[in-house]
Amino acid sequence: MSDLRFTETHEWALPQEDGSVRVGISHYAQEQLGDVVYTELPQVGSVLQAGAVAGVVESVKAASDIYAPLAGEVSAVNEALEAAPETVNQAAEADGWLFQIRPEDSAALEGLLERAAYEDFLRDS
Amino acid sequence: MRKTRLNLQHRRTGAKMVDFAGWEMPLHYGSQVQEHRSVRRSAGLFDVSHMAVVDVPADCSEALHRLFANDLNRLAAPGQALYTAMLNASGGVIDDLIVYRLGSCYRMVFNAARERTDLAHLHRHLPEAAVRLRRDLNILALQGPEAGSILGRARPDLAEAIDGAGPFRCAQVGEALIGTTGYTGEAGFELIVPAERAEALWAELTRAGAAPVGLAARDTLRLEAGLNLYGHEMDEGIHPMRANLGWSIPLDRHSDFIGSEAVRDRAPALDDRLAGLVLEGRGVLRQGQRLFADGADIEQDSPCGIVTSGGFSPTLECSIALARIGCAVERTCAVEIRGRLEAVRIVRPRFVWRGKNVIKDEEATP
Repeated sequence: MSDLRFTETHEWALPQEDGSVRVGISHYAQEQLGDVVYTELPQVGSVLQAGAVAGVVESVKAASDIYAPLAGEVSAVNEALEAAPETVNQAAEADGWLFQIRPEDSAALEGLLERAAYEDFLRDS
Repeated sequence: MRKTRLNLQHRRTGAKMVDFAGWEMPLHYGSQVQEHRSVRRSAGLFDVSHMAVVDVPADCSEALHRLFANDLNRLAAPGQALYTAMLNASGGVIDDLIVYRLGSCYRMVFNAARERTDLAHLHRHLPEAAVRLRRDLNILALQGPEAGSILGRARPDLAEAIDGAGPFRCAQVGEALIGTTGYTGEAGFELIVPAERAEALWAELTRAGAAPVGLAARDTLRLEAGLNLYGHEMDEGIHPMRANLGWSIPLDRHSDFIGSEAVRDRAPALDDRLAGLVLEGRGVLRQGQRLFADGADIEQDSPCGIVTSGGFSPTLECSIALARIGCAVERTCAVEIRGRLEAVRIVRPRFVWRGKNVIKDEEATP
Protein backbone atom coordinates (compact mmCIF):
# COMPACT_ATOMS: atom_id res chain seq x y z
CA MET A 1 0.00 0.00 0.00
CA SER A 2 2.83 2.36 0.84
CA ASP A 3 3.99 2.34 -2.79
CA LEU A 4 0.86 4.08 -4.04
CA ARG A 5 1.46 7.52 -5.53
CA PHE A 6 -1.31 10.10 -5.81
CA THR A 7 -2.34 13.08 -7.92
CA GLU A 8 -4.07 16.27 -6.83
CA THR A 9 -7.02 15.10 -8.96
CA HIS A 10 -7.34 12.07 -6.64
CA GLU A 11 -6.03 9.26 -8.83
CA TRP A 12 -3.48 6.77 -7.50
CA ALA A 13 -0.75 4.97 -9.46
CA LEU A 14 1.02 1.74 -8.53
CA PRO A 15 3.89 0.11 -10.49
CA GLN A 16 3.30 -3.54 -11.45
CA GLU A 17 5.85 -6.31 -11.86
CA ASP A 18 5.52 -6.20 -15.68
CA GLY A 19 6.56 -2.55 -15.75
CA SER A 20 3.05 -1.17 -16.27
CA VAL A 21 1.38 1.16 -13.78
CA ARG A 22 -2.06 0.44 -12.33
CA VAL A 23 -4.36 3.46 -11.89
CA GLY A 24 -7.41 3.99 -9.70
CA ILE A 25 -9.12 6.67 -7.63
CA SER A 26 -8.33 7.32 -4.00
CA HIS A 27 -10.44 6.21 -1.08
CA TYR A 28 -11.13 9.88 -0.43
CA ALA A 29 -12.39 10.34 -4.01
CA GLN A 30 -14.81 7.40 -3.83
CA GLU A 31 -16.14 8.75 -0.55
CA GLN A 32 -16.81 12.12 -2.15
CA LEU A 33 -18.45 10.54 -5.19
CA GLY A 34 -20.83 8.28 -3.29
CA ASP A 35 -22.18 5.04 -4.73
CA VAL A 36 -20.48 4.36 -8.07
CA VAL A 37 -22.90 3.01 -10.69
CA TYR A 38 -20.97 3.18 -13.97
CA THR A 39 -17.40 3.43 -15.19
CA GLU A 40 -16.18 4.35 -18.64
CA LEU A 41 -12.61 3.15 -19.20
CA PRO A 42 -10.10 3.94 -21.93
CA GLN A 43 -9.55 1.65 -24.93
CA VAL A 44 -6.71 -0.80 -24.50
CA GLY A 45 -3.97 0.38 -26.87
CA SER A 46 -4.92 4.03 -26.73
CA VAL A 47 -2.14 6.47 -25.93
CA LEU A 48 -2.72 9.05 -23.22
CA GLN A 49 -0.87 12.22 -22.32
CA ALA A 50 -0.27 12.96 -18.63
CA GLY A 51 -3.30 14.85 -17.32
CA ALA A 52 -5.55 13.83 -20.23
CA VAL A 53 -9.07 12.55 -19.57
CA ALA A 54 -8.76 8.77 -19.44
CA GLY A 55 -12.26 7.80 -18.38
CA VAL A 56 -15.31 8.67 -16.34
CA VAL A 57 -16.62 7.38 -13.04
CA GLU A 58 -20.32 8.04 -12.54
CA SER A 59 -21.90 7.82 -9.13
CA VAL A 60 -25.52 8.28 -8.11
CA LYS A 61 -24.56 11.93 -7.63
CA ALA A 62 -22.49 12.98 -10.62
CA ALA A 63 -20.09 12.10 -13.42
CA SER A 64 -16.42 12.64 -12.63
CA ASP A 65 -13.56 12.63 -15.15
CA ILE A 66 -10.52 10.46 -14.47
CA TYR A 67 -7.15 11.83 -15.59
CA ALA A 68 -4.10 9.86 -16.65
CA PRO A 69 -1.49 10.37 -13.89
CA LEU A 70 1.31 9.82 -16.42
CA ALA A 71 1.76 9.48 -20.17
CA GLY A 72 1.71 6.10 -21.86
CA GLU A 73 -0.23 3.39 -23.62
CA VAL A 74 -3.24 1.74 -21.95
CA SER A 75 -2.34 -1.93 -21.51
CA ALA A 76 -5.35 -3.24 -19.56
CA VAL A 77 -8.69 -2.15 -18.07
CA ASN A 78 -10.52 -3.59 -15.08
CA GLU A 79 -13.32 -5.42 -16.88
CA ALA A 80 -14.85 -6.64 -13.62
CA LEU A 81 -16.12 -3.10 -13.01
CA GLU A 82 -18.67 -3.37 -15.80
CA ALA A 83 -20.72 -5.86 -13.80
CA ALA A 84 -19.67 -4.59 -10.35
CA PRO A 85 -18.94 -0.82 -10.40
CA GLU A 86 -19.50 -0.76 -6.63
CA THR A 87 -16.06 -2.35 -6.26
CA VAL A 88 -14.69 1.19 -6.67
CA ASN A 89 -16.42 2.09 -3.39
CA GLN A 90 -15.57 -1.14 -1.62
CA ALA A 91 -11.87 -1.24 -2.53
CA ALA A 92 -10.90 1.98 -4.29
CA GLU A 93 -7.19 1.51 -3.71
CA ALA A 94 -7.06 -2.23 -4.56
CA ASP A 95 -9.64 -4.33 -6.50
CA GLY A 96 -11.42 -1.18 -7.62
CA TRP A 97 -8.54 -0.20 -9.94
CA LEU A 98 -9.55 1.26 -13.30
CA PHE A 99 -6.83 0.70 -15.91
CA GLN A 100 -3.12 0.00 -16.46
CA ILE A 101 -0.78 2.12 -18.45
CA ARG A 102 2.63 1.28 -19.95
CA PRO A 103 4.46 4.49 -19.09
CA GLU A 104 6.53 6.42 -21.58
CA ASP A 105 8.86 7.32 -18.77
CA SER A 106 8.59 5.37 -15.52
CA ALA A 107 10.56 8.06 -13.73
CA ALA A 108 7.45 10.26 -14.11
CA LEU A 109 6.03 8.31 -11.17
CA GLU A 110 8.52 10.09 -8.93
CA GLY A 111 6.72 13.35 -9.69
CA LEU A 112 3.51 12.14 -8.05
CA LEU A 113 2.61 12.62 -4.39
CA GLU A 114 3.49 10.10 -1.72
CA ARG A 115 0.63 9.14 0.58
CA ALA A 116 1.70 11.50 3.37
CA ALA A 117 1.97 14.41 0.95
CA TYR A 118 -1.44 13.56 -0.57
CA GLU A 119 -2.97 13.49 2.92
CA ASP A 120 -1.42 16.89 3.64
CA PHE A 121 -2.90 18.14 0.37
CA LEU A 122 -6.37 16.86 1.40
CA ARG A 123 -6.08 18.57 4.76
CA ASP A 124 -5.10 21.89 3.20
CA SER A 125 -7.67 21.90 0.39
CA MET B 1 -27.98 28.78 7.06
CA ARG B 2 -31.37 27.83 8.50
CA LYS B 3 -31.48 24.68 10.58
CA THR B 4 -34.34 22.36 11.43
CA ARG B 5 -34.94 21.20 14.98
CA LEU B 6 -33.36 17.84 14.05
CA ASN B 7 -30.00 19.27 12.93
CA LEU B 8 -28.03 17.87 15.85
CA GLN B 9 -29.68 14.44 15.51
CA HIS B 10 -28.62 14.27 11.86
CA ARG B 11 -25.03 15.15 12.74
CA ARG B 12 -24.94 12.57 15.50
CA THR B 13 -26.21 9.94 13.02
CA GLY B 14 -23.27 10.75 10.71
CA ALA B 15 -25.16 12.74 8.09
CA LYS B 16 -23.35 14.63 5.37
CA MET B 17 -25.01 18.05 5.64
CA VAL B 18 -25.52 20.31 2.62
CA ASP B 19 -27.10 23.65 1.79
CA PHE B 20 -30.53 23.08 0.28
CA ALA B 21 -32.47 26.26 -0.51
CA GLY B 22 -30.75 28.03 2.37
CA TRP B 23 -31.32 25.18 4.82
CA GLU B 24 -28.63 22.90 6.22
CA MET B 25 -30.08 19.47 5.46
CA PRO B 26 -28.88 15.84 5.50
CA LEU B 27 -27.82 14.66 2.02
CA HIS B 28 -27.20 11.08 3.17
CA TYR B 29 -26.14 9.19 6.29
CA GLY B 30 -23.48 7.03 4.56
CA SER B 31 -25.01 5.38 1.51
CA GLN B 32 -27.70 6.96 -0.59
CA VAL B 33 -28.39 3.65 -2.33
CA GLN B 34 -28.88 1.75 0.93
CA GLU B 35 -31.23 4.46 2.20
CA HIS B 36 -33.19 4.28 -1.04
CA ARG B 37 -33.52 0.51 -0.71
CA SER B 38 -34.62 0.67 2.90
CA VAL B 39 -37.59 2.82 1.84
CA ARG B 40 -38.57 0.36 -0.90
CA ARG B 41 -38.08 -2.73 1.30
CA SER B 42 -38.93 -1.66 4.86
CA ALA B 43 -39.27 1.99 5.92
CA GLY B 44 -37.31 5.22 5.93
CA LEU B 45 -37.63 8.44 7.90
CA PHE B 46 -37.03 11.87 6.34
CA ASP B 47 -36.71 15.30 7.90
CA VAL B 48 -38.48 17.62 5.47
CA SER B 49 -38.94 20.49 7.88
CA HIS B 50 -37.37 22.87 5.37
CA MET B 51 -40.67 22.87 3.50
CA ALA B 52 -42.97 25.80 4.25
CA VAL B 53 -46.18 25.10 6.17
CA VAL B 54 -48.88 27.75 5.77
CA ASP B 55 -52.32 27.76 7.41
CA VAL B 56 -55.26 29.65 5.93
CA PRO B 57 -58.63 29.74 7.76
CA ALA B 58 -61.37 27.50 6.36
CA ASP B 59 -63.59 30.51 5.63
CA CYS B 60 -61.11 31.67 2.94
CA SER B 61 -62.03 28.74 0.73
CA GLU B 62 -63.38 30.92 -2.08
CA ALA B 63 -60.12 32.82 -2.45
CA LEU B 64 -58.12 29.57 -2.25
CA HIS B 65 -60.37 28.05 -4.89
CA ARG B 66 -59.10 30.70 -7.30
CA LEU B 67 -55.45 30.16 -6.33
CA PHE B 68 -55.27 26.45 -7.07
CA ALA B 69 -55.45 24.61 -10.39
CA ASN B 70 -56.91 21.49 -8.76
CA ASP B 71 -60.50 21.60 -7.54
CA LEU B 72 -60.57 22.53 -3.85
CA ASN B 73 -64.13 21.16 -3.70
CA ARG B 74 -62.45 17.76 -3.58
CA LEU B 75 -61.60 18.71 0.02
CA ALA B 76 -65.26 18.89 1.03
CA ALA B 77 -64.71 17.60 4.57
CA PRO B 78 -61.88 17.73 7.11
CA GLY B 79 -59.57 14.71 6.85
CA GLN B 80 -58.78 14.96 3.15
CA ALA B 81 -55.67 16.04 1.25
CA LEU B 82 -55.10 17.25 -2.30
CA TYR B 83 -52.13 17.71 -4.63
CA THR B 84 -52.34 20.89 -6.68
CA ALA B 85 -50.35 23.32 -8.77
CA MET B 86 -50.51 27.06 -8.14
CA LEU B 87 -50.28 28.96 -11.43
CA ASN B 88 -49.53 32.50 -12.52
CA ALA B 89 -51.85 34.39 -14.86
CA SER B 90 -50.03 33.11 -17.93
CA GLY B 91 -50.44 29.51 -16.78
CA GLY B 92 -46.86 28.96 -15.57
CA VAL B 93 -46.34 26.93 -12.41
CA ILE B 94 -45.48 29.07 -9.35
CA ASP B 95 -45.26 25.97 -7.15
CA ASP B 96 -46.85 22.60 -6.48
CA LEU B 97 -48.11 21.68 -3.05
CA ILE B 98 -50.25 19.47 -0.85
CA VAL B 99 -53.31 21.00 0.84
CA TYR B 100 -54.66 19.27 3.95
CA ARG B 101 -58.20 20.07 5.08
CA LEU B 102 -58.39 20.41 8.86
CA GLY B 103 -61.42 21.41 10.92
CA SER B 104 -60.61 25.09 11.19
CA CYS B 105 -58.14 25.67 8.36
CA TYR B 106 -56.45 24.55 5.17
CA ARG B 107 -52.84 23.55 5.82
CA MET B 108 -50.54 23.85 2.81
CA VAL B 109 -47.00 22.53 2.38
CA PHE B 110 -44.87 24.41 -0.17
CA ASN B 111 -41.37 23.83 -1.57
CA ALA B 112 -38.63 25.47 0.52
CA ALA B 113 -36.98 27.07 -2.50
CA ARG B 114 -40.28 28.76 -3.44
CA GLU B 115 -41.28 29.98 0.03
CA ARG B 116 -40.79 33.70 -0.63
CA THR B 117 -42.49 33.65 -4.04
CA ASP B 118 -45.38 31.56 -2.71
CA LEU B 119 -45.97 33.84 0.25
CA ALA B 120 -45.93 36.94 -1.95
CA HIS B 121 -48.51 35.32 -4.22
CA LEU B 122 -50.71 34.29 -1.27
CA HIS B 123 -50.53 37.80 0.20
CA ARG B 124 -51.64 39.28 -3.11
CA HIS B 125 -54.82 37.21 -3.13
CA LEU B 126 -55.69 36.69 0.54
CA PRO B 127 -56.24 39.06 3.48
CA GLU B 128 -52.95 39.76 5.31
CA ALA B 129 -54.14 38.16 8.55
CA ALA B 130 -55.33 35.00 6.81
CA VAL B 131 -51.85 33.78 5.80
CA ARG B 132 -50.08 32.18 8.72
CA LEU B 133 -46.57 30.79 8.10
CA ARG B 134 -46.04 28.02 10.67
CA ARG B 135 -42.32 28.15 11.45
CA ASP B 136 -43.21 26.50 14.75
CA LEU B 137 -43.93 23.18 12.99
CA ASN B 138 -41.58 20.48 11.69
CA ILE B 139 -42.33 17.80 9.09
CA LEU B 140 -41.22 14.17 9.25
CA ALA B 141 -42.01 11.69 6.48
CA LEU B 142 -42.20 7.98 7.31
CA GLN B 143 -42.32 6.02 4.05
CA GLY B 144 -42.19 2.38 3.01
CA PRO B 145 -44.07 -0.91 3.24
CA GLU B 146 -43.40 -1.16 6.98
CA ALA B 147 -44.33 2.45 7.76
CA GLY B 148 -47.70 1.42 9.19
CA SER B 149 -46.36 -1.24 11.53
CA ILE B 150 -43.51 1.01 12.69
CA LEU B 151 -45.92 3.85 13.44
CA GLY B 152 -48.19 1.38 15.27
CA ARG B 153 -45.33 0.28 17.52
CA ALA B 154 -43.82 3.73 18.06
CA ARG B 155 -46.93 5.89 18.27
CA PRO B 156 -50.17 3.91 18.60
CA ASP B 157 -52.05 7.16 19.23
CA LEU B 158 -51.12 8.53 15.79
CA ALA B 159 -51.54 5.16 14.08
CA GLU B 160 -55.04 4.76 15.46
CA ALA B 161 -56.10 8.21 14.24
CA ILE B 162 -55.23 7.33 10.64
CA ASP B 163 -55.98 3.57 10.80
CA GLY B 164 -57.47 2.20 7.59
CA ALA B 165 -57.18 5.48 5.68
CA GLY B 166 -56.32 5.30 2.00
CA PRO B 167 -53.90 7.71 0.32
CA PHE B 168 -54.47 11.46 0.59
CA ARG B 169 -56.25 11.44 3.93
CA CYS B 170 -55.27 13.24 7.12
CA ALA B 171 -56.13 13.41 10.79
CA GLN B 172 -55.42 15.82 13.58
CA VAL B 173 -54.16 14.49 16.91
CA GLY B 174 -53.84 17.39 19.31
CA GLU B 175 -51.29 19.72 17.73
CA ALA B 176 -50.05 17.07 15.30
CA LEU B 177 -51.27 16.39 11.78
CA ILE B 178 -50.78 12.97 10.22
CA GLY B 179 -51.39 12.57 6.51
CA THR B 180 -51.19 9.54 4.21
CA THR B 181 -49.10 11.46 1.71
CA GLY B 182 -45.48 11.25 0.56
CA TYR B 183 -42.97 11.67 -2.22
CA THR B 184 -41.55 8.19 -2.72
CA GLY B 185 -44.15 6.00 -4.44
CA GLU B 186 -44.48 3.94 -1.26
CA ALA B 187 -47.28 3.91 1.30
CA GLY B 188 -46.52 6.02 4.34
CA PHE B 189 -47.17 9.13 6.33
CA GLU B 190 -46.19 12.73 6.62
CA LEU B 191 -46.26 14.03 10.19
CA ILE B 192 -46.46 17.75 10.88
CA VAL B 193 -45.69 18.33 14.53
CA PRO B 194 -44.72 21.17 16.87
CA ALA B 195 -40.95 21.68 16.59
CA GLU B 196 -40.36 20.89 20.25
CA ARG B 197 -41.79 17.38 19.68
CA ALA B 198 -39.84 16.64 16.51
CA GLU B 199 -36.75 15.21 18.23
CA ALA B 200 -38.74 12.82 20.40
CA LEU B 201 -40.81 11.64 17.43
CA TRP B 202 -37.66 11.11 15.32
CA ALA B 203 -36.14 9.03 18.12
CA GLU B 204 -39.32 6.99 18.63
CA LEU B 205 -39.64 6.15 14.94
CA THR B 206 -35.97 5.27 14.39
CA ARG B 207 -35.98 3.11 17.53
CA ALA B 208 -38.99 1.26 16.11
CA GLY B 209 -36.99 0.46 12.96
CA ALA B 210 -37.26 3.37 10.50
CA ALA B 211 -33.93 4.13 8.77
CA PRO B 212 -32.90 7.80 8.49
CA VAL B 213 -32.94 8.82 4.82
CA GLY B 214 -31.38 11.94 3.32
CA LEU B 215 -32.37 14.26 0.50
CA ALA B 216 -30.24 12.39 -2.07
CA ALA B 217 -32.32 9.21 -1.75
CA ARG B 218 -35.48 11.32 -1.58
CA ASP B 219 -34.61 12.51 -5.07
CA THR B 220 -33.97 9.04 -6.56
CA LEU B 221 -37.15 7.73 -4.90
CA ARG B 222 -39.30 10.48 -6.37
CA LEU B 223 -37.63 10.02 -9.77
CA GLU B 224 -38.46 6.30 -9.79
CA ALA B 225 -42.03 7.17 -8.79
CA GLY B 226 -42.22 9.70 -11.63
CA LEU B 227 -43.05 12.57 -9.30
CA ASN B 228 -42.21 16.06 -10.53
CA LEU B 229 -39.68 18.29 -8.81
CA TYR B 230 -40.10 22.04 -8.96
CA GLY B 231 -37.35 23.67 -11.04
CA HIS B 232 -36.81 20.46 -13.01
CA GLU B 233 -40.08 19.34 -14.57
CA MET B 234 -41.93 22.59 -13.94
CA ASP B 235 -41.37 26.29 -13.42
CA GLU B 236 -43.08 29.60 -14.14
CA GLY B 237 -42.36 29.30 -17.86
CA ILE B 238 -43.75 25.78 -18.32
CA HIS B 239 -47.37 25.12 -19.26
CA PRO B 240 -48.67 22.52 -16.76
CA MET B 241 -49.75 20.12 -19.51
CA ARG B 242 -46.09 20.03 -20.60
CA ALA B 243 -45.22 18.84 -17.10
CA ASN B 244 -47.72 15.99 -16.98
CA LEU B 245 -49.94 17.94 -14.54
CA GLY B 246 -53.14 17.56 -16.59
CA TRP B 247 -54.50 14.92 -14.23
CA SER B 248 -54.54 17.49 -11.41
CA ILE B 249 -56.35 20.19 -13.43
CA PRO B 250 -60.00 19.17 -13.94
CA LEU B 251 -60.91 21.96 -16.38
CA ASP B 252 -64.33 20.45 -17.05
CA ARG B 253 -65.58 21.33 -13.58
CA HIS B 254 -63.04 23.83 -12.22
CA SER B 255 -62.46 26.69 -14.60
CA ASP B 256 -62.24 29.94 -12.65
CA PHE B 257 -58.72 29.74 -11.18
CA ILE B 258 -55.76 32.02 -11.86
CA GLY B 259 -54.09 30.85 -15.06
CA SER B 260 -57.08 28.83 -16.26
CA GLU B 261 -57.56 30.83 -19.46
CA ALA B 262 -53.94 30.48 -20.47
CA VAL B 263 -53.99 26.76 -19.66
CA ARG B 264 -57.09 26.23 -21.79
CA ASP B 265 -56.08 28.47 -24.69
CA ARG B 266 -52.56 27.22 -25.11
CA ALA B 267 -53.21 23.50 -24.55
CA PRO B 268 -54.04 22.65 -28.19
CA ALA B 269 -50.79 24.21 -29.46
CA LEU B 270 -48.40 22.27 -27.20
CA ASP B 271 -45.82 20.32 -29.16
CA ASP B 272 -44.01 18.42 -26.43
CA ARG B 273 -44.85 16.36 -23.36
CA LEU B 274 -43.19 14.88 -20.27
CA ALA B 275 -42.26 11.23 -20.66
CA GLY B 276 -40.08 8.64 -18.98
CA LEU B 277 -36.77 7.37 -20.37
CA VAL B 278 -34.94 4.12 -19.77
CA LEU B 279 -31.32 4.14 -20.92
CA GLU B 280 -30.46 1.15 -23.06
CA GLY B 281 -26.96 2.35 -24.00
CA ARG B 282 -24.04 3.14 -21.72
CA GLY B 283 -23.71 5.86 -19.10
CA VAL B 284 -26.11 7.65 -16.76
CA LEU B 285 -28.95 9.98 -17.74
CA ARG B 286 -28.55 13.46 -16.19
CA GLN B 287 -30.58 16.64 -16.16
CA GLY B 288 -29.83 18.85 -19.18
CA GLN B 289 -28.75 16.11 -21.59
CA ARG B 290 -30.15 16.63 -25.08
CA LEU B 291 -32.33 14.11 -26.90
CA PHE B 292 -32.24 13.40 -30.62
CA ALA B 293 -34.59 11.46 -32.90
CA ASP B 294 -33.31 8.07 -33.99
CA GLY B 295 -30.86 8.46 -36.84
CA ALA B 296 -30.29 12.17 -36.17
CA ASP B 297 -26.87 13.82 -36.35
CA ILE B 298 -25.66 15.74 -33.29
CA GLU B 299 -23.86 18.33 -35.41
CA GLN B 300 -26.57 18.97 -37.96
CA ASP B 301 -29.96 18.21 -36.45
CA SER B 302 -31.86 20.01 -33.68
CA PRO B 303 -32.54 18.16 -30.47
CA CYS B 304 -36.05 16.76 -30.03
CA GLY B 305 -36.07 17.06 -26.26
CA ILE B 306 -34.18 17.43 -23.00
CA VAL B 307 -33.73 15.42 -19.80
CA THR B 308 -35.43 17.27 -16.91
CA SER B 309 -34.35 14.82 -14.15
CA GLY B 310 -32.09 11.85 -14.59
CA GLY B 311 -30.14 9.37 -12.55
CA PHE B 312 -29.47 5.80 -11.65
CA SER B 313 -32.40 3.79 -10.34
CA PRO B 314 -31.28 1.64 -7.40
CA THR B 315 -34.46 -0.45 -7.65
CA LEU B 316 -34.23 -1.18 -11.39
CA GLU B 317 -30.40 -1.04 -11.49
CA CYS B 318 -30.39 0.97 -14.68
CA SER B 319 -30.48 4.64 -15.55
CA ILE B 320 -33.87 6.38 -15.88
CA ALA B 321 -35.05 9.92 -16.47
CA LEU B 322 -37.96 12.26 -16.88
CA ALA B 323 -37.70 14.23 -20.10
CA ARG B 324 -39.58 16.74 -22.16
CA ILE B 325 -39.86 15.32 -25.69
CA GLY B 326 -41.44 16.51 -28.92
CA CYS B 327 -44.89 15.00 -29.48
CA ALA B 328 -43.82 13.41 -32.76
CA VAL B 329 -41.13 11.27 -31.13
CA GLU B 330 -42.42 7.90 -30.00
CA ARG B 331 -41.08 4.68 -28.47
CA THR B 332 -37.33 5.30 -28.82
CA CYS B 333 -34.82 8.10 -29.30
CA ALA B 334 -31.18 8.83 -28.49
CA VAL B 335 -29.51 10.81 -25.71
CA GLU B 336 -26.26 12.73 -26.03
CA ILE B 337 -23.76 11.63 -23.38
CA ARG B 338 -20.24 13.08 -23.67
CA GLY B 339 -20.66 13.68 -27.39
CA ARG B 340 -21.99 10.20 -28.16
CA LEU B 341 -25.56 9.13 -28.90
CA GLU B 342 -26.90 6.33 -26.72
CA ALA B 343 -30.23 4.53 -27.21
CA VAL B 344 -33.14 5.24 -24.88
CA ARG B 345 -36.62 3.78 -24.64
CA ILE B 346 -39.52 6.18 -24.13
CA VAL B 347 -42.03 5.02 -21.52
CA ARG B 348 -44.74 6.41 -19.25
CA PRO B 349 -43.29 8.72 -16.62
CA ARG B 350 -43.53 6.20 -13.77
CA PHE B 351 -40.96 3.49 -13.11
CA VAL B 352 -41.48 2.08 -9.62
CA TRP B 353 -44.63 2.11 -7.50
CA ARG B 354 -45.21 0.33 -4.19
CA GLY B 355 -41.86 -1.45 -4.57
CA LYS B 356 -42.57 -2.86 -8.04
CA ASN B 357 -41.30 -2.22 -11.55
CA VAL B 358 -44.26 -0.56 -13.33
CA ILE B 359 -42.53 0.53 -16.54
CA LYS B 360 -45.02 0.62 -19.41
CA ASP B 361 -44.97 1.92 -22.95
CA GLU B 362 -46.83 5.15 -23.51
CA GLU B 363 -50.40 4.81 -24.73
CA ALA B 364 -50.64 5.13 -28.49
CA THR B 365 -51.80 8.59 -29.51
CA PRO B 366 -55.32 8.31 -30.92
